[in-house]
Amino acid sequence: MTAPQVELKNMTKRFGANLALNNVSLLIRSGTVHALLGENGAGKSTLVKCLVGFYHPDDGHIQVDGREHRLNSPKDADALGIGMVYQHFTLVPSMTVAQNLVVSGARLPAYINWQSELKRLAEVTKKLPFHVPLDVRVSQLSAGEKQKAEIVKQLYLGRKLLILDEPTSVLTPAEADEVLGYVRSLTRAGELSAVLISHKFHEVRRYADDVTVLRRGASVRTGAVANLSDDALAEAMIGEPVSKAVQHAPKLPPKSNIVLSMKQVSVNGDNGLPAVKDLSLEVREGEIVGIAGVSGNGQLELVETLMGQRDRSGAIAVSGVAFNGTRREIARLGVYGLPQEPLKNACIDRMSLAENLALRNFDRAPLCRGIAMNYGALTEQAAKLVKQFRVKAPGLTASMSALSGGNVQRAVLARELTQNVRLLIASNPTFGLDFVACEETYRRIVEARNGGAAVLLISEDLDELLGLVDRILVMSAGRIVHEVSADGADKRVIGKYMAGMKAA
Amino acid sequence: MSSISGVESVPSGQPRTAAQLSVALPVLAVLLASAVFAAFVALYGQNPFTVFGLIVQGGFGSSFAWQDTLSRAAPLILVGLAVAIPAQAGLVIIGGEGALVLGGLAGAVVTLPFAGAHAFPMQVTMLAAGALAGGLWFGLAAVLRQYRGVNETISSLLLSYIGIAIFHHLTEGLLRDPASLDKPSTHPIDPSYMLPMLPGVGVHAGLAVSLALAIIAHVVLRYTRWGFGLRVVGGSARVARMVGLAVNRWVIGATFVAGGMAGVAGAIEVAAVQGTANSSLIVGYGYSGILVAFLARHQPLAIVAVALLIGGMQASASLLQRRLELPDATMLVFQGLIFVCVLVADAIAQQLRENTRR
Ligand SMILES: Nc1ncnc2c1ncn2[C@@H]1O[C@H](COP(=O)(O)OP(=O)(O)OP(=O)(O)O)[C@@H](O)[C@H]1O
Ligand SMILES: [Mg+2]
Repeated sequence: MTAPQVELKNMTKRFGANLALNNVSLLIRSGTVHALLGENGAGKSTLVKCLVGFYHPDDGHIQVDGREHRLNSPKDADALGIGMVYQHFTLVPSMTVAQNLVVSGARLPAYINWQSELKRLAEVTKKLPFHVPLDVRVSQLSAGEKQKAEIVKQLYLGRKLLILDEPTSVLTPAEADEVLGYVRSLTRAGELSAVLISHKFHEVRRYADDVTVLRRGASVRTGAVANLSDDALAEAMIGEPVSKAVQHAPKLPPKSNIVLSMKQVSVNGDNGLPAVKDLSLEVREGEIVGIAGVSGNGQLELVETLMGQRDRSGAIAVSGVAFNGTRREIARLGVYGLPQEPLKNACIDRMSLAENLALRNFDRAPLCRGIAMNYGALTEQAAKLVKQFRVKAPGLTASMSALSGGNVQRAVLARELTQNVRLLIASNPTFGLDFVACEETYRRIVEARNGGAAVLLISEDLDELLGLVDRILVMSAGRIVHEVSADGADKRVIGKYMAGMKAA
Repeated sequence: MSSISGVESVPSGQPRTAAQLSVALPVLAVLLASAVFAAFVALYGQNPFTVFGLIVQGGFGSSFAWQDTLSRAAPLILVGLAVAIPAQAGLVIIGGEGALVLGGLAGAVVTLPFAGAHAFPMQVTMLAAGALAGGLWFGLAAVLRQYRGVNETISSLLLSYIGIAIFHHLTEGLLRDPASLDKPSTHPIDPSYMLPMLPGVGVHAGLAVSLALAIIAHVVLRYTRWGFGLRVVGGSARVARMVGLAVNRWVIGATFVAGGMAGVAGAIEVAAVQGTANSSLIVGYGYSGILVAFLARHQPLAIVAVALLIGGMQASASLLQRRLELPDATMLVFQGLIFVCVLVADAIAQQLRENTRR
């Protein structure tokens, strides 16, 4: 079997009154990478979920190599060799990569011949241009390694149409290059067709052959990437010409008083081994400090510690007061933030959007008087935030999982940034945001900074950091290994420290 | 456990169909269980319609039947709450029986040194002692879970057996009234301390206490920041920590309150019915409470209704036995069938919910 040609015709999908897909047609040519672009909530994920049989379209059909197919479940898609790498991870953390891959087959035999399976697996991984450790538990892998393992899983399962939903948000640019470059070479060789959802134009330009732009559930532009300029794509996405050169507010020099001070903080990771080692840092009022580093070097644990989610040794003080993340301290000292994977780490799926927007202040006036909740005020606040941050949602009472990835992010940003922020901790704040929302988020972070907040910004995207921060700290193996002010920063030097090399 | 998702976050206003589903499914489950039960009694050569007729008659057919039903509903409401409250925080606790008997024991002995005091403060003391004992017993399961990672469902069940064993040990040993010959009991409480009858109903005041606590639980869970916070903790401990809620305290606190409910149930049985702590307390109320809570989808007001239903069924058991010579355990079989059907319905509901997302 070689790379299939897949055609989606007149796909329509409604969620209640919400038209998520409006008569979308799409042609994925054999042996090509087809990119999907669009604002948050445009319907990209919904479209590809129809293609893997996860959603059932209300209308429209799917043809693979000219034959029409009905996909009732992911199993049907599996039989056609269609597979998807989701934006969130799906591997079982307590099993090794090899075990994960072998048991992921849809038709698992009653008896697993591990030897022959492992041999087959070795054959798949041998050809890879990057390394994925097979005998390591998934829980020990960094985000980038996990994402690679997810892709290897699809290849191992013999997928011929590979769908990647924002696969690179957790990868460093170099890792993204390895992974997407490999997918690209497989499509070139005619072994694979692929769909790539991304918010990054340069990725689309580099790795995709064709592109389709969705806006509000409708396909508004499609064609070969080479024939479309970035501006044309951006304009198609937002439906109006893009206003060039978004101006950040001018940077004011940081004040001298220290807001966040960490002294010799050590934290253990989930595996019980030290993840943050003896780390000390300071962030001053009106300063943005960036933490660069390859994911999995302790950033996650650092953020969770600052959010009061982990036990630690060492001292953390905010504005000179010891900070342990209690609710009273958070409100008094103004410590807010955005963890990565906000749907999992900052939202409660069982509660509504409106309630999620109230997590920070549900126990204070006006949402609460004495002990009595005022649900009217709660709804009012939610409506205000949704409007202000342009969160697209099926309704205020919708569950968080009904929001698109980028809109979850916006909702959390709306909740956190509208508090009285003195210290903001943001981990990959633009993860999964479309370019308009990205700019908006940058603007809000800079605004918070200029308003006197101290900001600790953790990101794997060095360009994003350099554009925003005053000072960069490089984190590697749980320690700060390098510090440089943003003006004097040299990307290559930073890259070396990120890679764990002790450059002279 | 899938059933935990049965906790409704009501103020979030679920889509109407989902709300209807959450009412329809338990009803369907009871109907299905009834059908299977009908087949079961038919096997015993009885006409199912006669049996159901007798259940209605024995549970709700006369004022005497109602009195029996209501006085059974009183503890059932409380043990139902004992399951439903921790469920809000994401815990499945099934050890209500142990908390109930220990609460009963505490209630039975706490007033013994004070003969001849005013009745009301003594009655309050009995219920409070019951609540404290039950709360501590449940709290233990929560502490083990939060600090030692022990699964609370299993630990609460095992603690329940230990609680019952302690109960036997004390009522047959240290605390035994030597005058209780064939049925080991504690010394009887001062008769003037017994809970009064509710005027005009013919049921003891424990029913009023249960109803009041159910209403309070409803209001607190739905309309206060405690209810909101508890749902945050139950929804995701990670996120609760992020927003600064002290998860351990919330979980242990909610579980303590829940155990308190079960303990009060035991104390009421002692102070209103038995007059002493003896093995008549161990009749399975704690386990029936699990059924009550699940069938009511952990909603306090629904628990009241379901407790009446189950109480009525239990009240009719002796009638069935007398009239039709059906075995003693017949009603247990029916309850078990309902429970299984409710769990299956929960699983189906989960599936449906996922499908409607598609
Ligand atoms: N299960 C659901 N129930 C109701 N509405 C939904 C559901 N899933 C998605 N939607 C709605 O459908 C629309 C499209 O969502 P989709 O996830 O496809 O967006 P997207 O293009 O992938 O956006 P993003 O870039 O933010 O990931 C959104 O308005 C979203 O709120
Ligand atoms: Mg998406």
